[in-house]
Amino acid sequence: MPSRDKSITDMPKKRSTFLLSVLCFGMAFLYIPMFLLIVYSFNYSKIVSVWGGLSTRWYISLFESEEIWSALMLSLKIAIVNATFATLFGTLAGLALARFRHFRGRTLFTGMISAPLVMPEVITGLSLLLLFITLGDLIGWPEKRGITTITIAHITFSLAYVAVIIESRLSGIGETLEEAALDLGAKPLRVMMDITLPLLAPGMLAGWLLAFTLSLDDLVIASFVSGPGSSTLPMLIYSRVKLGLKPDINALATMIILAVAMGVLIAGWILIRQQKQRERDAQLAGAK
Amino acid sequence: MIKPTDSALTASRLNESTKMIFHRRWVRVVDNFFQSRWKGLSVAIPYVWLVIFFLIPFFIVLKISFAESLIASPPFSSLFEWSEDAALKMTLIFDNFAYLWEDDLYVKTYLNSVKISTISTILCLLIGYPMAYAIVRASGTMKYLLLLMVILPFWTSFLLRVYAWMGILADQGTLNSFLIWAGVIDQPIRMMYSEFAVYIGIVYSYLPFMILPLYANLEKLDLTLHEAASDLGAHPITVFFTVTLPLTIPGIIAGGLLVFIPATGEFVIPDLLGGGNVLMIGRVLYDEFNSNHDWPVAAAVAIALLILLVIPMMLYQHAQSRQINN
Amino acid sequence: MSTQERDAFLDRPWKDSTAEPFIRIEGVTKRFGAFTAVEAVSLDIYKGELFSLLGGSGCGKTTLLRMLAGFEEPTAGHIYIDGVDMVDVPAYARPVNMMFQSYALFPHMSVEDNVAYGLKRDGVPKAETSQRVADMLSMVELLELQKRKPHQLSGGQRQRVALARALVKRPKLLLLDEPLAALDKRLREQTQFELMNIQDQLGVTFIVVTHDQEEAMTLSTRIAVMDHGQIIQVGEPSEVYERPQTKDIANFIGTINMFDGEVMSSNDSFLLRCPKISKPLKLPSQTELNIGQQVTLAIRPEKIKMTLEDPHDPSRITLRGEVLEFAYMGNISIYRVKIEGEVVLQITIPNLDRMAERKIEWDDQVFISWHPDNSLVLRD
Repeated sequence: MPSRDKSITDMPKKRSTFLLSVLCFGMAFLYIPMFLLIVYSFNYSKIVSVWGGLSTRWYISLFESEEIWSALMLSLKIAIVNATFATLFGTLAGLALARFRHFRGRTLFTGMISAPLVMPEVITGLSLLLLFITLGDLIGWPEKRGITTITIAHITFSLAYVAVIIESRLSGIGETLEEAALDLGAKPLRVMMDITLPLLAPGMLAGWLLAFTLSLDDLVIASFVSGPGSSTLPMLIYSRVKLGLKPDINALATMIILAVAMGVLIAGWILIRQQKQRERDAQLAGAK
Repeated sequence: MIKPTDSALTASRLNESTKMIFHRRWVRVVDNFFQSRWKGLSVAIPYVWLVIFFLIPFFIVLKISFAESLIASPPFSSLFEWSEDAALKMTLIFDNFAYLWEDDLYVKTYLNSVKISTISTILCLLIGYPMAYAIVRASGTMKYLLLLMVILPFWTSFLLRVYAWMGILADQGTLNSFLIWAGVIDQPIRMMYSEFAVYIGIVYSYLPFMILPLYANLEKLDLTLHEAASDLGAHPITVFFTVTLPLTIPGIIAGGLLVFIPATGEFVIPDLLGGGNVLMIGRVLYDEFNSNHDWPVAAAVAIALLILLVIPMMLYQHAQSRQINN
Repeated sequence: MSTQERDAFLDRPWKDSTAEPFIRIEGVTKRFGAFTAVEAVSLDIYKGELFSLLGGSGCGKTTLLRMLAGFEEPTAGHIYIDGVDMVDVPAYARPVNMMFQSYALFPHMSVEDNVAYGLKRDGVPKAETSQRVADMLSMVELLELQKRKPHQLSGGQRQRVALARALVKRPKLLLLDEPLAALDKRLREQTQFELMNIQDQLGVTFIVVTHDQEEAMTLSTRIAVMDHGQIIQVGEPSEVYERPQTKDIANFIGTINMFDGEVMSSNDSFLLRCPKISKPLKLPSQTELNIGQQVTLAIRPEKIKMTLEDPHDPSRITLRGEVLEFAYMGNISIYRVKIEGEVVLQITIPNLDRMAERKIEWDDQVFISWHPDNSLVLRD
């Protein structure tokens, strides 16, 4: 047998009742709440938890609600701009962390990249709000808080996530390919364009999607730095839910969950297919 | 002899070539500039951004936490003042911190936050470890499917998933209805607005954060070590406690901190599921700021929270950098 | 049976039909899905042997070893160790220890704790454990490194820790999976002899898996050559080298020159008519052959003599050739000689004299010759 590293994956598959039951319990724990959310969204009754027959009235009232539409549009706008800038800045930051070994203030930079990942949202939100107020006093910008300040706040913490993805991908790829290109006469900038960035493309896509979701999902930071009249979707949901269960929120949740599930399943299906294709290719190459 | 037409031609050619040379030189200058500067530029952009929007705000919070609260806009006193002899005077007021220390509520809130997030972390570990282990042992497509199922909640709205539990735990909620239907209880039990609900909410929201680092750690583990242990006479359970568990400590630490740190500062879960009964520091900060408008105290709470989390945060960073170096 | 014969059997119990094998592998098959890793293998191994399983990658030797250790269950067949059927005995309860190819040292334990691990599992008293660990570590000359962690050791030191850890339990059988593969050449040669010494001292039965035929030849009392999950030959190293049973074995162990052809007879001996060579080649006597049969004549490079003059020896097969290239290796020189047509032979010549009168070099016209009894007849 060729010597290859084995992992637990290759362990003889003896079924462990304990493991299997914890797995089932955990998955049920993760999915039953979402499932119930979906079921109750089709409930006619105004009281969410009392079944009053099948109905789609909450979906209709959802589509008719202008408030929700405008909050959704605002959230999407912020999320797209945020994801784009965060991917740009985050890629540069990840490159710097993984490839430029020595530059002034590297330690501070590393700290500033990893701190936002674990910083409690309330602190990030509070500190950015205080910055915007101070800046407003000092230089008159930002005049009022809203879409711009929320986007800036989101870019700040999203870029850290992107940077970490890019850095781990770069250290996974290793530097041999870049060294090979240098050896063949390409200047460093050329190497970056021809070799590094194409290899990074999947990581950048993953980073963009993550930044997009983080932004769409954020409630706490946005509530700190937004101003009057600019409610994002999570802020709107929160203000409604705070007072109790709302059937139209169930309908909204169902749509969001289904959209995300579709996206993740498609992505997962593509990944699995690629993996299988690669295995098949490897087998073919091995056979020859 | 050069005919005039020829010379004109030559001149124009010369002109062309100088242009070319000039053009090339210009390209080279730009090229050289980028070749030597692009690294600096690409670091500078995110660097400057983070200094302005992450580092400076942090110092502003620090500064305000030492200010006096005023009924004004902004509602705090200025820390720096130009005195008459044009010297910069700085007034540090520790009142806000003293206030936190003296007021029983804040101390209790602190301890309660730590208690809740510690217990939630342990619960996540107890459920997450076997799950991660089971996923690593699953085969082929099943493994990817299970991983996807763990990751999927990541991408759905956090707020809506917490909201889902409001429907389950309410007095007339699904769980109570089910228990009454099953004959376990006659009267609905009060589950909403309690620490129990907060535990459920935190474990539910942060379980994937525990499973994924553990999965990554277990996946990398060398099976031959298990075989070696069992070859040397260790029963599978002994193998787990003497080999698997010690070797997955990095994963346990990473997962534990990924749950503990955000759970301690959590706002949404105690607010929606805990109601007024569960004191957690993130909620107190939010209320102090948005309802009481006491900014200096809010800033002091933030600094105190940060002090509480600084050691776990540094631990996490240390663990991460060690993993990347390996 | 005479005493003399019995003494001979003491060293070679496999020649004694009455001897009781220590390990009996009976019709063992292992399938992974549609893939058959080991197919109907039967093998007897005797006490005190240093037995090698030799084969290329994917031949099933490691799978067989893992079934002995208890990490894989045979799909069919039985394994007996010291007369006990091992089918339902889990790995941790077998009187067998293994030295892993990667050594599998526990990275979170010191050298000492690694070696003591197995004794602790058996509930050996503390004092005895530390005594036995110390004894074993001093045997492998690692006593002063006992507090170190595996990552602070060199490759050779790790290998010795792995050996000590497996031996400290005094197993009846030690399995070694490519024990020397991770070491560099010098260390490998040195360690080979150490392994043989230790095995001799302790009298433990060793089964070694290796892909390195030289290693197998040096170490073993007997070798089993495996291919495609089957054992194709079992024998002492000299038997396997001098009397390989198939072309594959002959090619795998050492280098060999081969001529395919058809058997024909002349007088009382058999000749091989080889389509690429005009002259028929005489086949070794004492071989059962039929006229018209397709066989292969094989001759090892060191059994061919090469001279500048015709040896004029009718008992030898003599052919003319031209030196294509040669490599000076110090102790020997390897020549590639083209004989008629496209046939190229490899020949090794020991460098007996420091200053040979006339060295054979490129483009020299030479005579090559061998005695028919030094050649082999192989069938497909």
